[in-house]
Amino acid sequence: MSPMNGSGDLSSEMEVDAFRHLFPLRFHERHLLESIRPDGRPLGRARDTTLALGAVASADGSALAKIGCTTMLAAIKMEVMTPTVESPDEGCIAVEFHMPPICSPIVRPGRPAEVAPVVSKQLSDTILRQVVVTFSGMIDLKDLSLVSGKAAWMAYLDIYCLDADGALFDTALLSAVAAFCHLKFPMVSLNDDGRLVVVSGESKGGKSGKEAVNKEQRKLNLISIPFSLTCTLHKNYILADPTAEEESIMETLVTVVLDSSLRLVSFYKPGGPVLAFTSAVM
Amino acid sequence: MEVDRADGRTRNQLRSLACTRGTLNRAHGSATWSQGETKVFAAVFGPKAGMKKNENPEKACIEVIWKPKTGQIGKPEKEYEMILKTTLQSICLLTVNPNTTTSIIVQVVNDDGALLPCAINAACAALVDAGIPLKHLAVAICCCLADGGYVILDPCKLEEQRTKAFAYLVFPNSLASVRRKGLLQVEVEPVEHGIITSVTRGVMPVEDYLRCLERGRAVSAKLSEFLRRSMQLQAPSESPTAVFETHS
Repeated sequence: MSPMNGSGDLSSEMEVDAFRHLFPLRFHERHLLESIRPDGRPLGRARDTTLALGAVASADGSALAKIGCTTMLAAIKMEVMTPTVESPDEGCIAVEFHMPPICSPIVRPGRPAEVAPVVSKQLSDTILRQVVVTFSGMIDLKDLSLVSGKAAWMAYLDIYCLDADGALFDTALLSAVAAFCHLKFPMVSLNDDGRLVVVSGESKGGKSGKEAVNKEQRKLNLISIPFSLTCTLHKNYILADPTAEEESIMETLVTVVLDSSLRLVSFYKPGGPVLAFTSAVM
Repeated sequence: MEVDRADGRTRNQLRSLACTRGTLNRAHGSATWSQGETKVFAAVFGPKAGMKKNENPEKACIEVIWKPKTGQIGKPEKEYEMILKTTLQSICLLTVNPNTTTSIIVQVVNDDGALLPCAINAACAALVDAGIPLKHLAVAICCCLADGGYVILDPCKLEEQRTKAFAYLVFPNSLASVRRKGLLQVEVEPVEHGIITSVTRGVMPVEDYLRCLERGRAVSAKLSEFLRRSMQLQAPSESPTAVFETHS
């Protein structure tokens, strides 16, 4: 992309940078005319994704997900609790999404990001999705039950955004799903009071050979794994996986979440009008 | 058409709609919108001078405050605020009054299903009442997927809780009565075929979602008709009220 009158290498670079900051929309549109984006990706390509399981050693399940520069760390801690009376054989999952100030210059300690509670709610909707008649969510809460009516697992899922560079929901969902895949239930056994306590490592001996209650189940079973993709729509162009810069100048954002059987979990679009069918099929 | 809904409606029948504008006399614009038992108040204050930080001063800014019927403000309210804000930003002409803030306060009076569409409709009517310049109006509808795989419109709370999946859809209002007859549509799809906002909950196959879109779009024409009629009722001494009963 040649800027206006570049004379000499250094001055032409300054021109491009200045143009990018002063007229961001025109800068991106000139790229779109050539069907390319400032970082060299074609319009439909997502950024490189990496996933690392077991990033937090002290947690029962954890994952670090990176899509381009956006980084999210998810960790799950399990605790034993008594289930509610209405659903005595179901466990519970609490999802929390945090955006600490490290992630972006617009987030400050006293001023939380506007988008944080929204992403948090979207995540908990996608992961939990309680349905009475037919269960079609990611996790069956009955899997989290230990002793029906007396004890069940409570999973605390915390997701920390370490770097916010666009496509926050995608990365957060990826890290949450990976953390659940990596999750191993801790061993528990009944102690003398009749309560379940978590034991570390193999418990032999102890008090007259109390057996671990859940020896058979070590990993959580995921029914269907959701995947999501965020795109921005600008005039006639659909850009997949926008960076923070692209998100801030293009008004319309669409997030599509599909599960492993290619059913639509969520089609989230707050924003301006769009041509329906061509974009929806994508 | 099986009539197997709890209140005897058919699949495509909406609950009775009522819209009243000008209910609050201190607010610059206000409206009440009710769909069946769900009722929402919206009030508009603005444009006021000044903007929030980090907002573009060349455009007007919209601020939404969502007040639930009971309880503290939590994450669901913040999500509703964000959805409302982005939806209304796309229908307002933001460049007419730059560097100003318009506040829209939404108060939930009763929640009996399809709360977000009701709130969007109320906010839209309140914006018209306040005289904020708009590109076009927004009509919102809730479509949910019943057990048999067919789409039912405007569910009540019980139906919403029991359904596998539902979608809140917002369309621009149709221009059918305003556009001249015989105007050819060139390749571009008409504006009313666009979707302003779509929020779905629950898992559904893609074809069912597309069916929800079709149904929603068909009903949005009726809703825009109702909206247009209620806007046209001019009674200087009393607040304009309109009630609408749909039959399939």
